[in-house]
Amino acid sequence: MYEPVQQGKILSGIWMTIKLSFYCLILSVVIGIVGAFAQGSKNVIIRSLVQGYIQFFRNTPPYVQLLFFYFALGQFTPTYSPDGWLEIPIISNVGWAIISLSFFAGAFNVEIFRAGIEAVADSTKEAAESLGFSRFQTFRYVVFPLAIRVSLPSLNNNLINLMKTTTQAYGIAVPELLYQSVTIWNDYPSAQYPTMLLVFVVYILLVGVLVMSMNRWERKLRIPGYGH
Amino acid sequence: MTSKTTEVIVSIKDVHKSFGDLEVLKGVSLDVRKGEVICIIGPSGSGKSTLIRCINALNDIQAGTIHVCGIDVTDPKLQKLELRKRVGMVFQQYNLFPHKTALENIMMAPTLVLNEDKETVRTRAFALMQKVRLEGKENAYPGELSGGQQQRVAIARSLAMNPDVMLFDEVTAALDPETVKEVLVTIKDLAQEGMTCILVTHEMGFAREVADHIYFTDNGVIVEHGPPKTFFTKAKDPRTKEFLSQIL
Ligand SMILES: Nc1ncnc2c1ncn2[C@@H]1O[C@H](COP(=O)(O)OP(=O)(O)O)[C@@H](O)[C@H]1O
Ligand SMILES: [Mg+2]
Repeated sequence: MYEPVQQGKILSGIWMTIKLSFYCLILSVVIGIVGAFAQGSKNVIIRSLVQGYIQFFRNTPPYVQLLFFYFALGQFTPTYSPDGWLEIPIISNVGWAIISLSFFAGAFNVEIFRAGIEAVADSTKEAAESLGFSRFQTFRYVVFPLAIRVSLPSLNNNLINLMKTTTQAYGIAVPELLYQSVTIWNDYPSAQYPTMLLVFVVYILLVGVLVMSMNRWERKLRIPGYGH
Repeated sequence: MTSKTTEVIVSIKDVHKSFGDLEVLKGVSLDVRKGEVICIIGPSGSGKSTLIRCINALNDIQAGTIHVCGIDVTDPKLQKLELRKRVGMVFQQYNLFPHKTALENIMMAPTLVLNEDKETVRTRAFALMQKVRLEGKENAYPGELSGGQQQRVAIARSLAMNPDVMLFDEVTAALDPETVKEVLVTIKDLAQEGMTCILVTHEMGFAREVADHIYFTDNGVIVEHGPPKTFFTKAKDPRTKEFLSQIL
């Protein structure tokens, strides 16, 4: 169907999409956990910072966030020169895509984890507290492990969305699958529909793998005699 | 019962506690000596839970003083950890960690909070499971245990911290009648070994048998108190009499 050059483009596009998705998934979950923990802080300033972060990233279009990160913030990032002539910014377009998309999905993850945390009974936290656990230990060993079980279905959905949103990195010329596909069908208009079909199929497979691993994780976390 | 020293280890003096406008404790005082077992009884809403939660600083108080093993609980610079190492607490709803096995529930606090060696703690946890008569259930999750079994794991979990005082807040109130006894037996064993115990309970037979001293609270004050013998037969206050007539 494709000649080797085009095949290479598709493969490198898929690989970039996988890398992009992987880093975004991890980083957005980390942001979600840290944010949800910080939301339980006694400090009003910390709580309002987290709240402001969520409001901004949840209520504005992710595509505009991406462009803003890359073009506006990108201007101010320091550069380095490997050869004395070239000025390469320390954060590449791939870097900005990862940061921007992770913060976007992370805002939802904070809310998702918060809902799980709120489902943990106060009496369970009190039991930990009365055994001498610190606030962090209570979170780390009691609240979070229980919250994650409640949060998993919503987290699942958000991560699927995130994976699909990585196509927007196309807008700042990250050579992921969509970007590569577009370059192909710009050169070969006749290949447009087959290539689109290919993009669909690849995404169905990638999301399928994600869903399968999330389900496996969910099963592993299931507690005998607890919940369903 | 066992030999009692005169060392006061919990001293509560004129404690006042409000939730917003609602004054729940209106000047409560009591002393507990080492090895003593005291029972707090009284109608629901009279402030019993609030009182014992103040002892391990789960609630703060507005006035008065509380000392536990020489620790000033009302000190603004209170090291809560030091207090909680000394005071074990068992709740009505057991409050076990549902994602941990019985043994892990018992081991968690000593390893995390006291940084004790895991193997030492494991040995102790097995011994405690035996003590609360649950050998063989070490790897069961709370959801796989009956209420009475869960409550005994909760007692073992508190004991694993080697506390000086144990607080029990209506620990049999949520149990089926047939499992109440197994939990009461466990507590009785503890009492007989000389553990200082403060219990909120509705089990009058148990209180009569095990307690050294009984306090009756109503509406945020201690109305009457005394050793079980005199308390149950010679109550003077009309409120105590009415309560006892309803419950006995
Ligand atoms: N966290 C709280 N906030 C507001 N009111 C409370 C709180 N805890 C207890 N109360 C109130 O304090 C009173 C005494 O409660 P409690 O100590 O639980 O009584 P008891 O254990 O004797 O039944 C009740 O009127 C109860 O509604
Ligand atoms: Mg109560």
